[in-house]
Amino acid sequence: MIHPTLILATAGRVLNQLRRDLRTVALLLLVPAVLLVLVRGVFHGQDEVFQRVGVPLLGIFPLTSMFLVTSITVLRERTSGTLERLMTMPLAKADLLLGYALAFGVLAAAQALVVSAVAFGFLGLESQGPILAIVAVAMLNAMLGMALGLFVSAFASTEFQAVQFMPAFILPQLVLCGLLAPRETMVAPLEWAALVMPMTYAYDALLLIAAGNGASFAGARDVGIMLTFTVAALLAGAATLPRRTP
Amino acid sequence: MNYQTSSSPVSLRGLRVVRGAREVIPGLDLDIRPHAVTGLLGPSGCGKSTLMRAIVGVQQIAGGEVRVLGHPAGSPLLRRRVAYVTQAPSVYADLSVRENLDYFRRVLGAPATAVDRVIELVSLQEAANQVGESLSGGQFARVSLAVALLNAPDLLVLDEPTVGLDPVLRRDLWRSFHRLAEAGTTLLVSSHVMDEALRCDELLLMREGRLLAHEPPAELLKRTGAEDVEAAFLGLVEEAEHAA
Repeated sequence: MIHPTLILATAGRVLNQLRRDLRTVALLLLVPAVLLVLVRGVFHGQDEVFQRVGVPLLGIFPLTSMFLVTSITVLRERTSGTLERLMTMPLAKADLLLGYALAFGVLAAAQALVVSAVAFGFLGLESQGPILAIVAVAMLNAMLGMALGLFVSAFASTEFQAVQFMPAFILPQLVLCGLLAPRETMVAPLEWAALVMPMTYAYDALLLIAAGNGASFAGARDVGIMLTFTVAALLAGAATLPRRTP
Repeated sequence: MNYQTSSSPVSLRGLRVVRGAREVIPGLDLDIRPHAVTGLLGPSGCGKSTLMRAIVGVQQIAGGEVRVLGHPAGSPLLRRRVAYVTQAPSVYADLSVRENLDYFRRVLGAPATAVDRVIELVSLQEAANQVGESLSGGQFARVSLAVALLNAPDLLVLDEPTVGLDPVLRRDLWRSFHRLAEAGTTLLVSSHVMDEALRCDELLLMREGRLLAHEPPAELLKRTGAEDVEAAFLGLVEEAEHAA
C-alpha cells in the first residue's frame, strides 16, 4: 500500500536536505557537462567517435551519479537510526522508496537537461531522434542508478565502502556495455556477461534513439528491460529495509 | 507486581533474545502498569535496549510472546500508537529542528500545530530554525525526543532520554513524562543513572537479561531495607548470587 502524501513529504524532505548541500547539487549538475566538454576535446579530430559515444554518455552520467548519491544517502539513513525510526511509523517502504525516486528524479531531470543543453547547444552533438526522448531515457537511467544504489547500500557499512561500490558495480558495466568497443568484438564470455548488465540496455536504447530508430521494437524492448532491472533492484532494495533486525 | 494481561499495555511471556552467539534475554515475563512511568534501570549492557527494541517490535526474537496494546509487538496497527526514541538521536542532522519535526509529523499524520507544541515541550524555541548539526548534543537529542511526542502515543518507549541534559531540563522532562502519564500514556523509560529511579512510578531493575525487581521505588527500598536504589540493586545482586 502506498500513501501519495507520504511520498510527497519524503521527496520534499530529501530535496530539503539537498538544498542544504548546494555543493553536491552543483557538482551533480556541472560535472557531467564538463566531462562531455573533455570528451569533445579528446576526439577533436575524430568527430564520428564523439557522435557515436556522445548520446549514450548523456544517459550514463545520471546512472552513475544517482547510484553514488543514493547509496550514500540511504546508507546515512541506515546508520543514523532514522530508517529504523521510520520503520516503526505508519510509512510503507514503497512510500520511502518512491519519495526518494521522486526527489532524485527531479535532480536527474535537471542534470539531463543541463548536459543535453551543453551537448546539443555548444558541442555540436547530433541526434536523428528527438532530444526529449534522450532526456527521458537519461531520467530512466537515473532511476536505474538510484535503484541499484539503494540495493548495494545494504552491503556497505561505511560511506567509504559505499563509494568503493561505484568502481566495483558501475565501471565493469561501462567497460562492457559497448561504449569502448562493440560487444560483438569482445571475447564471448564478456559479450554474454554484458547481456545481464543493465547499462548495456541503456546504451543500446540511447544509440537507437540517436540513430532515429528509438520508436522501434528493439528500442521498446531495451527500455522495457531497463525498467525491469529498475523494478527488480527496487524490490530487492525494499527487501534490505527490514522492520526487524537482529 | 502483576497486572492482568488484558489491562496491561505491554505484556511479555517467555521473551528470549539471542544476538550473535550471546543470549541477551534468556526468558522474561513482564506486565507493565498502564498510565504510569516505569523506569528500566540496570548497568550498561544488561539488555535494557534489547528489551525496549523487542517491545517496539524492531528486535528479532528467538522465542516467547510480546503483546503491546493487545496486538503482537511491531504490528502495523501499532505504528501510530507506539513511539520509540533510541539512545542515539535518530533525526536528520542536515535539516533544521522545524523541518525534522514537520517531516515526522506528516509521516505520523499529526496536525501542523503539533510541531510548535513539541518544540516548546523540549524547550527548543530559540533553536527551532537551526540545522541539526549546529545544535549541541543535548539539543539534538531533544529533537529526537520531540519527534516521539508529536502524536500523543499510547505507549512511549524512551531509551536513556535524559543523558547529557542539564538538571533543570531533566527535571522539566520528568515532569512532562508524568503529565503524559496522567493524560493516559504509558511510559517505559530506561536509565543507567540510579538517582532517576525515584522519579518513576514503577521500577524495573535489570541485570544480565533478567529482572531483579519490579515494584514502586518506595516499596523496593522498604523491602530491601536499603537507603537508596543503588544499594537496593547491589543487595538484590548479592542475594541472587547467593541463591545460585
